[in-house]
Amino acid sequence: MEKPFNKTSRMKQLKTIRYTGMGIFLLGLLIFTITPFLGEIQVTDEIINANLSENEYANLKEPLAEISKQTYNTGAGFGSDFKRVFNEVNERLKANEEWGKVMWTPSSDTALKLVMSANKGVVASNQLLFFLLTFGLCILGSLVYILTDLKIKGPPGIKNDGIYHDSATNRGWVGMLAFGWLFFFYIILYFYPYIIADTITLTQPIKSWFVEDEVPSKWFLYGLMYTVTMLVMGVRMIIKYRHNKYQIVRTITVVLFQLIFAFLLVEILPTFGLPGKDLKNAWPLDYQFLFDWNVQDLLANGQFGKFVFVWGISLSVIVVPVMVYFYGKRWYCSWVCGCGGLAETLGDPYRQLSSKKMWSWKLERWMIHLVLVFAVLMTVFVGYHTWNVFQNPEMENKEILFGFSAYDIRNYYSFLIGSVFAGVIGTGFYPILGNRAWCRFGCPLAAYMGIVQRFKSRFRITTNGGQCISCGNCSTYCEQGIDVRAYAQKGQNIVRASCVGCGVCSAVCPRGVLKLENGPEDGRFGNEGPIVLGNQGFELKDN
Amino acid sequence: MIQKVVIIGNGIAGVTAARHIRKNSDDEILIISAETEFFFSRTALMYVYMGHMRFEDIKPYEDWFWKKNRIDLMFDYVQSIDFEQKQLDLKKGQSVSYDKLILAVGSKPNKFGWPGQDLKGVQGLYTYQDLEEVEENSKNARNAVIVGGGLIGVELAEMFISRGIAVTFLVREGRFWGNVLPKEEGELITRHIREHHVDLRLNTELDEIIDDGNGQVKEIRTKDGEVIPCQIVGLTAGVSPNVEFLRGSNLKVDRGIVVNAYMETNMPDVYAIGDCAQFDNPVDGRRPVEQVWYTGRIMGETVAQNIAGNRKAYEPGPWFNSAKFFDIEYQTYGWVFAQLQENETDFYWEHENGKIALHVVWDQTTKEFKGVNVFGIRLRHELFDNWLKNRASIEEILANLKTANFDPEFYTHYEEAILNQFNEKSGLNISFKKRSWWRNLLTKQVG
Repeated sequence: MEKPFNKTSRMKQLKTIRYTGMGIFLLGLLIFTITPFLGEIQVTDEIINANLSENEYANLKEPLAEISKQTYNTGAGFGSDFKRVFNEVNERLKANEEWGKVMWTPSSDTALKLVMSANKGVVASNQLLFFLLTFGLCILGSLVYILTDLKIKGPPGIKNDGIYHDSATNRGWVGMLAFGWLFFFYIILYFYPYIIADTITLTQPIKSWFVEDEVPSKWFLYGLMYTVTMLVMGVRMIIKYRHNKYQIVRTITVVLFQLIFAFLLVEILPTFGLPGKDLKNAWPLDYQFLFDWNVQDLLANGQFGKFVFVWGISLSVIVVPVMVYFYGKRWYCSWVCGCGGLAETLGDPYRQLSSKKMWSWKLERWMIHLVLVFAVLMTVFVGYHTWNVFQNPEMENKEILFGFSAYDIRNYYSFLIGSVFAGVIGTGFYPILGNRAWCRFGCPLAAYMGIVQRFKSRFRITTNGGQCISCGNCSTYCEQGIDVRAYAQKGQNIVRASCVGCGVCSAVCPRGVLKLENGPEDGRFGNEGPIVLGNQGFELKDN
Repeated sequence: MIQKVVIIGNGIAGVTAARHIRKNSDDEILIISAETEFFFSRTALMYVYMGHMRFEDIKPYEDWFWKKNRIDLMFDYVQSIDFEQKQLDLKKGQSVSYDKLILAVGSKPNKFGWPGQDLKGVQGLYTYQDLEEVEENSKNARNAVIVGGGLIGVELAEMFISRGIAVTFLVREGRFWGNVLPKEEGELITRHIREHHVDLRLNTELDEIIDDGNGQVKEIRTKDGEVIPCQIVGLTAGVSPNVEFLRGSNLKVDRGIVVNAYMETNMPDVYAIGDCAQFDNPVDGRRPVEQVWYTGRIMGETVAQNIAGNRKAYEPGPWFNSAKFFDIEYQTYGWVFAQLQENETDFYWEHENGKIALHVVWDQTTKEFKGVNVFGIRLRHELFDNWLKNRASIEEILANLKTANFDPEFYTHYEEAILNQFNEKSGLNISFKKRSWWRNLLTKQVG
């Protein structure tokens, strides 16, 4: 009797390789995770002097005298002591109404700066080694793991076996661990970055490729992780869907946009004295576009800066709606966007976890459009302020409009939407809410494009007559939580604001029912009568 | 007048009937099922076993849907029906009366009297209970034998393989699904099933299923005398109407419940739809008992119209169907029989990878297109439906093959290769119509 492939000795070999890959990855991840505990941080008076502004130094020199004698093993230890001192001083200054001396730079950022220059720990002294032990091992291990899919999972085709039996992808304990790791990583990255100063340090060798000896920021670490993750998980995506050219082309494109526009150009442009902007990041996803410092930065940077400013405006006002009209919002959300790119690569194993319930659709429509309104209002306030900065430099209280401060509003937006929603919830919750929670419930650009897609676009997912058997694969694997089956089984086309055109519903359909198409707006909704094709007893409504 | 409509069976036929009765009337609607509380997609049971979906994912409607649409659900078993008193006798005790009764009671896996066919570990795959059973039977299984080379057989094979259970697949015919697929397609699928490490035995029949002494299957013996050890036996040699509980009543039952084109049985106000119905006069060259998802749906739509007072006959239109064999998708439009019919001729194209194929059949004299089988290519139902209804010629079909393609964007197209080979073989010289396909699609004026 023929052994099933899963039981052959060849399979055993492959599985050994696979689990070795996983072991290497986990080792890399473990080292990465403990780097924050390997510091040797002594923030001397000299370092404080070099990194702080004159005012800050004057305020903090004496209160920090104790701390500067100590050696800390973790950025967390130094940071919490530093912040305590910093806040005490600042509060005293505020209480005494010494406004000229009050320090406005956030204490976490200052703490990070100090740790970065004071660190002499094992990571800081062996940056390349630790880069290889973390990034290197993780990349190597995951690629080994992923490449075995080519043989282990059999001939090309939809391979979703065991997804709901696997605790990594069914909200089981592995999924919860992944969630915990991501959640804490985002909290630390956004709000306590000084904790991972050692981790940031290990990217120095890569940063030096672009600018010799420039100290990497936390965003460099994040950008590098993000890009590398998309590259590696993009390989996984291509292997998984190697029978499906739409998925292959789309995955290569979205990964290249991340690599070139969001990572390389952002690093390379400044080396030519140009602003390091992500040229594909469109307002209102790029909520900082009209912030005073951004506009100043662009307009102060010669012709190229002006070009980027004009490009940014035309991207949002012309390119986005025109492209959505012709191709649907997929051209951005699943072909270009960084958030979408991470969702389509790292997030692909979690796509089935998005809720398909009617209540979640209702919630989605409220939330995403409220965020859009918030983004527009915030931009009005910020735009007013920026306008004044340029046009009325003499004006007092440039930021105040209708009694509200543009600074306050933009800080709330940055915190709530920019950090908590897009980052912590958007990515951290992949293993619980699925991979598109941000894109579905929070992204204001997705909301804007969704309105265009729903009411004025040539894009739709066509249902193929009466072939649907209501199996539910399309709905289950829709990352946006669209109940695709509800349309397909009625013979209707799918025209939904939230569809990002990932094409996976079409890929997983066992009966060849769904096809993403751009076509004339007439007849876009397909069968609107009650009866599905394959029944001559009833008149179909003319369409 | 508000009438009370009772539907026995909550499969696709019964549920479609209920939904369309609700669309057309304010009738009181009650669906009784002994299988599950809520409707689910039977065709998707395999995906639950394989871990692609959870059971809740294969329910096409959320649980609140029924109440919102005033469709009452009852989870009980109908033991017998009193057609004179219009009453149903239920297992849990109470009886239910009806004004109109729809029998949508589905079918059962065929068992052909094999010794040992009722042993533990021997099962079909049709009901929710079968899913629970196969889950249970798989726990300690290393080897499975599947008997019967049809669609459910290949589903079961895929299921077992996904759990690392070795599969021996016994097929009576000389090729897989030999009573439906022509030789070339049967061989293509046979190769693909074997590529997935299924031990597919053609021309092999089951003789006996053997007990381990405790009522559990231990092994099977084929008619050639070979003994194959196994802990599970999947019986997938087709299904037949689930009508045993109705035999002996005044209801006319043959293989299935006999109905006319309006889904009416011989008893007043009693209808039968779906797998359990048998047409007294089969429609459009179709079989008298049709056990396909969409025919159940259309019968449900039809009976709902009749109950709502719009007298409509069952008109399913041109035949179509689809399936997936492991990784290969299959669609068919019109009739491509296992053997060419009188005066028919055909053309078969297969990609060199042996996994993509197209087979067209047409009338030798009139050139009328009869049907197409495709593997690994998707085709537009709407276009073929039109072509079949309008008796389009084979030339028209081939000239518009690009328009008919429904594969995802960026897929490699094979129409050129197909047409070149077709012209070479047939001596015809067909060329592609200019591809103004959107206009075609919109106006439905194909070609």
